[in-house]
Amino acid sequence: MEYEYWPLAKLRQELDDGEVSSVELTKYFLERLKRANPELNAFLTITEERAFGQAREADEFIATAGANPALCGIPYAAKDLFLTRGVRTTAASKILDNYIAPYDSTVIKKLDEQKAVMVGKTNLDQFAHGSSGETSAYGPTKNPWDKTRMPGGSSSGSAAAIAAGLVPFALATETGGSIRQPASLSGVSGWKPTYGRVSRYGVIAMVSSTDSPGAIAGSVKDLALVAEAISGLDPHDSTTSPVEVPQYSKLLNPDIKGLKIGIPKEYFIEGMEAGVEQSVREAITELEKQGAELVEVSLPNTKYGSLVYAIVAPSEISSNLARYDGIRYGHVAKDAKDLLEVYQKSRAEGFGDEAKRRIMTGTYVLSAGYYDAYYKKAQKVRRLIVDEFAEVFKQVDVLACPSSPNVAAPLGKAADDPLFGYIADQLNIPGSLAGLPALSVPCGFSENLPVGLQIIGPQWGEQKVFNVGHAFQLATDWHTKHPKT
Amino acid sequence: MLTAEEVKKIALLARIALTDEEVEKFRLDLTTVLDYVDELKQVDTEGLEIVSQVTGLQNVQRADEPVMADNIEEIMQNAPETKDGYYKVKAIL
Repeated sequence: MEYEYWPLAKLRQELDDGEVSSVELTKYFLERLKRANPELNAFLTITEERAFGQAREADEFIATAGANPALCGIPYAAKDLFLTRGVRTTAASKILDNYIAPYDSTVIKKLDEQKAVMVGKTNLDQFAHGSSGETSAYGPTKNPWDKTRMPGGSSSGSAAAIAAGLVPFALATETGGSIRQPASLSGVSGWKPTYGRVSRYGVIAMVSSTDSPGAIAGSVKDLALVAEAISGLDPHDSTTSPVEVPQYSKLLNPDIKGLKIGIPKEYFIEGMEAGVEQSVREAITELEKQGAELVEVSLPNTKYGSLVYAIVAPSEISSNLARYDGIRYGHVAKDAKDLLEVYQKSRAEGFGDEAKRRIMTGTYVLSAGYYDAYYKKAQKVRRLIVDEFAEVFKQVDVLACPSSPNVAAPLGKAADDPLFGYIADQLNIPGSLAGLPALSVPCGFSENLPVGLQIIGPQWGEQKVFNVGHAFQLATDWHTKHPKT
Repeated sequence: MLTAEEVKKIALLARIALTDEEVEKFRLDLTTVLDYVDELKQVDTEGLEIVSQVTGLQNVQRADEPVMADNIEEIMQNAPETKDGYYKVKAIL
């Protein structure tokens, strides 16, 4: 039997019926990913022993009477930004090369409670700084559709792992495009939650005001199941919301007749690839065919999103990455002669160029004399972006637009371009700055490479974006296309 | 254009040692980023409040009660140097 690309509900049924055990599934996916990984470089750590332990527990649980949690016994991968107790957690950086997490992130804990089975930790842009996967200290992940190309980033390994059918679902994180953009470039479905919907506790911090742990999977239906499992209030993260978590998967409703879908004209930017625009326009026409009402809307401050982010993100990064000092954990320089040198040399040796660039940019714009001109100014322009979205969601239910202006670029394209990420993510960043939920779903191909449709909702509007994505996937088969392996 | 002196000052504040070659590289990179964001200066933001929290939560608090950690050994195992259960650092004075 071949289990790759099975919907989570079908795996659940098979496990519940006793047709396959969790140990067998785990063995199947571990073998599959070990075979594929040397070429794809999607995994940084494979947690075989831990996985079989969890799988045996899941099998014992399934054998007892009563219903099983939706993800019980199902293998998954976690981006190596999620702390996993007793397991190496690197953020794809050398500064955390030998770091063994002493506790679990809340999301991992929630999946443990469901008795899901973690088989490994996936590659990413170092500290999630990047949009290509290329800033990883452990080499770039390859795009399974064309191994000379990038899978997108920063959740590069999670996107590639789903595209290649190496796991049924994967945890990922977004700060400004890190789920939607790789999902788009890798031809898979990705969910970026409302800010505060999913706990950030135990997820290595990047930009605390936009960091949003989420997931990548084979379909919107699968994402709805994972969303139910990992969302909710967490006393360890005071930015999580008491807003109730709906049963997204049970409430999934593909009837979008009369739903108002806004088409923001500024998201069809000058210079976007013609094939991408065509696929996205056709996808939007499909939504109209399903009965949705299309409304052209304008979000004129979209163009400032990446500029605001290029100030706000490095600012928060410079603060969040101050903790890597060579004292409590992580890499320490061997030949430092005093405490100042311990800091300076450990950080110089441990951080990659992109992290250094962002830390220094943030340090500069927050420093005396520049704070008002840069940081404060950016946070005010951010207000314009937040308000403009709030205004548009008074007129429409969701927005539909491209996830990325282009398909996957050749590997090496991002190398040493200090603006690569800000430009690559320009269609994702405004929504991140406003804390909005969004999806990217496969909607076609351009030059044989996947194109993604982005669906953005108002805060806490997960159900609406899931419904639209689900309706689209019931009417089309783009999400069932897979690369040859 | 940033000067080499400015880059060295930033690097000192950020506690990152740079070689002369890196100073030059980051001087160009940071200048590129600062030029990129320059357009924001033209945006009219008169009277706007800064954004500090997007979902509107305010003053979320919890009881200030101590909790005993069950993973002190695991935490300390990650330290490059320890002595008698404490982190070891170079002399400050």
